[in-house]
Amino acid sequence: MEVRDLVKRYPKAQTDAVDRLSFAVEGGEIFGLLGPNGAGKSTTIGVLTTRIRPTAGQALIANLDVMTAPRTVRSLLGVVPQHNNLDRSLSVRQNLLFHAAYHGVPKAVRTRRADALLEQFSLTDRANEKPELFSGGQNQRMMIARALMHDPKVLFLDEPSTGLDPAARLFVWDRIRDLRQAGVTIVLTTHDMDEAAALADRVGIVDSGRLLALDTPSALVRGLSTGSSLQITVEPAGELGMTGLLDRLGTLAGVQRCEQVGAEAGVHTIRIYLTGEAAAIVAPVVAAVSEFGGRLAGVEIGEASLEDVFIELTGRSLR
Amino acid sequence: MLRSFGSVLRRDIVVTGKDLVAFLAQVLLQPVFFLFVFGKLLTGLGYTSSGYSDLLFPGLVALTATVTAIQAMAFPLVAEFSWTKEIEDRLLAPLPLWAVAAEKVVFAMLRALVASTVMFPIGIGVLGSIPYRAGGLGLLIGVMLLGSLVGACIGMTIGTFVPPAKINIAFALIFAPLLFTGATQYPWPSLAHLRWFQVLTAANPITYVSEGMRAALVPNIPHIPGWICLLALAGSLALFGTLGMIGFRHRAID
Repeated sequence: MEVRDLVKRYPKAQTDAVDRLSFAVEGGEIFGLLGPNGAGKSTTIGVLTTRIRPTAGQALIANLDVMTAPRTVRSLLGVVPQHNNLDRSLSVRQNLLFHAAYHGVPKAVRTRRADALLEQFSLTDRANEKPELFSGGQNQRMMIARALMHDPKVLFLDEPSTGLDPAARLFVWDRIRDLRQAGVTIVLTTHDMDEAAALADRVGIVDSGRLLALDTPSALVRGLSTGSSLQITVEPAGELGMTGLLDRLGTLAGVQRCEQVGAEAGVHTIRIYLTGEAAAIVAPVVAAVSEFGGRLAGVEIGEASLEDVFIELTGRSLR
Repeated sequence: MLRSFGSVLRRDIVVTGKDLVAFLAQVLLQPVFFLFVFGKLLTGLGYTSSGYSDLLFPGLVALTATVTAIQAMAFPLVAEFSWTKEIEDRLLAPLPLWAVAAEKVVFAMLRALVASTVMFPIGIGVLGSIPYRAGGLGLLIGVMLLGSLVGACIGMTIGTFVPPAKINIAFALIFAPLLFTGATQYPWPSLAHLRWFQVLTAANPITYVSEGMRAALVPNIPHIPGWICLLALAGSLALFGTLGMIGFRHRAID
C-alpha cells in the first residue's frame, strides 16, 4: 500500500486537508497514523478506501490505483469507520452475512465465517439481536467482525478505540494483534499516543495534513533531543542554596540540563532532563540535594513518549 | 456483480418483508381515504356525478405509484447518507457506484408497483367496481412501470440535492403542489378553459401517469394520448435519472 504526494482540498476550504502526504505500508504490518483531530488522518483513509476523491497525487493498494480500479480495491480492503454505520434493520448475524453477500462470498463460506467471527468477537450470545441498543464496545466489535467477513488483505481502522471503556479497548487491541498474526495488513488512525505505541509497528505522525515523522515508536522516541526525565521535589532542611544546587545537578554525568519548574511554600520542583537511564542518576541527585541544604521530598521518573515526539515536532500537545 | 446487486436488493426486500403490513398501511391510507370520500361518499350524497369515481380511480393509482416511489427513495436516502450511514457498507462493496444507485431505484419501483397493484382490489372493495379493460393492459403496465421509475428518480434527486436538515420543509413544499397538479382528480384536457393551470400541470410528470392510466382504463374520458404519456415519462425518466445520479455521486464520493 502506498500514498504518493497525496493532496486533498475540500470545496470552499482555505487550506489542504491533506498536503503532499507520502508513505508506504508493508504487507503484514500495523501502521499507525498519529495526529490530533483534523490532521487529515480520516481524509487519507477516505481516499485509500475509494470514498474521497484526491485533489492530486496517487494512492495504491496492492499496486492498484484506487481511482482507476475502485471495485477491485474495495474487494481487497475492510473498513472500520469512526462512526457507527451498522445496518440497524438487520440482526448482528445478518449484518455479517449480508456484508459477505455484497462481496460475493458463497453462502456456505459466509455462514461458516460468520459463526467463527461471532465466536471470536464474543457476539454469539447476541447474534440474533439488532444492534440498536448495543454499547460502543459491542458496536465496534461488530464492525470489525463485519469488515473481516470477506477476508480483506488490508484492514483500515479509523480511531478504533475512541469512546471505548478500558476493557473493551484492550479486547479490540488484542483482536488487532491477532489479525496481524494472521497476516492482515492493518492501517489505523489514532489521536491516542498510547494506542499508537501499543499497537503500531511503525507510526506516521501527521499534523495539518503533513507527515512530520515516520518510524517505529521506539526509534521516534530515541530520536528525541531529550530522553527521559526526572522530576524532584526539594524541601529546605537548612540554608537551601538553590542556585548552587541547580548548577551542581547540571554537571552530573547523564544529565543534559535541568530547570526549576515550581516553587510553592518553600517547596521547590526541579525537572532534570537526562541523556541516559533515570535509575542511575537518583543516588548522585540525592547526595547533591543534601549537600546544598535540602531534603528530597519526592521523585518522579518520566519516560519519553510519542507525545513528547509530537510536542518536539509541532511545539504543542496532542490534546 | 450481478450477485452483489442481487444481495443488496435482497437486503431491502428482507427488511421490508418484515414490516409488510406497516408498509402497506403507510402508503395506502391516504389513497383509500381519497377513494372513499371523493369516489364513494360525495357521489352517494349527490355532490359529484356517478362517473367521477371512474375518473378518479386511475388518477389515484397513478398518484400512489409515483408518490410511493418518491417516498421510498428520498427518505431512506437522506437518512442513510446523513444519519445512519447505513449505505456506506454497500458503497464499499465491489459494485460500481451507479449499481448501488440503480438498486435503490429498482427497489423503490418494486414498492411502488406493489402499492399501486394493491389499489385495484381495494378499489373494488370501496367502490364496488372499478373501470377495467383488457385491451388497455399493456399501456397500463407500461405507464405504471415508467411512473414508478420516474417517481424513484425524482425521489433520488430530492434525497441527494436537498440538505438533510431541510428535507421536512422541502417535502412540505414539494408534495402539496405535486399532489394537486398531477391531473389526479381531473382529466387534463378539461382544463382548457383554465390555460395557466393546464400549462402548470403539464410540467408535473404525475400528469402523464394519470392520463396514461385513463387512456388504458377509461378511454372514453378525454385524455392525453397514451403514446404522448409514454414519451413524456421517458423524457422525465432521462431528466430525473441523470439529476438523481449526479446527486447520488456527489453524496457518495467527497
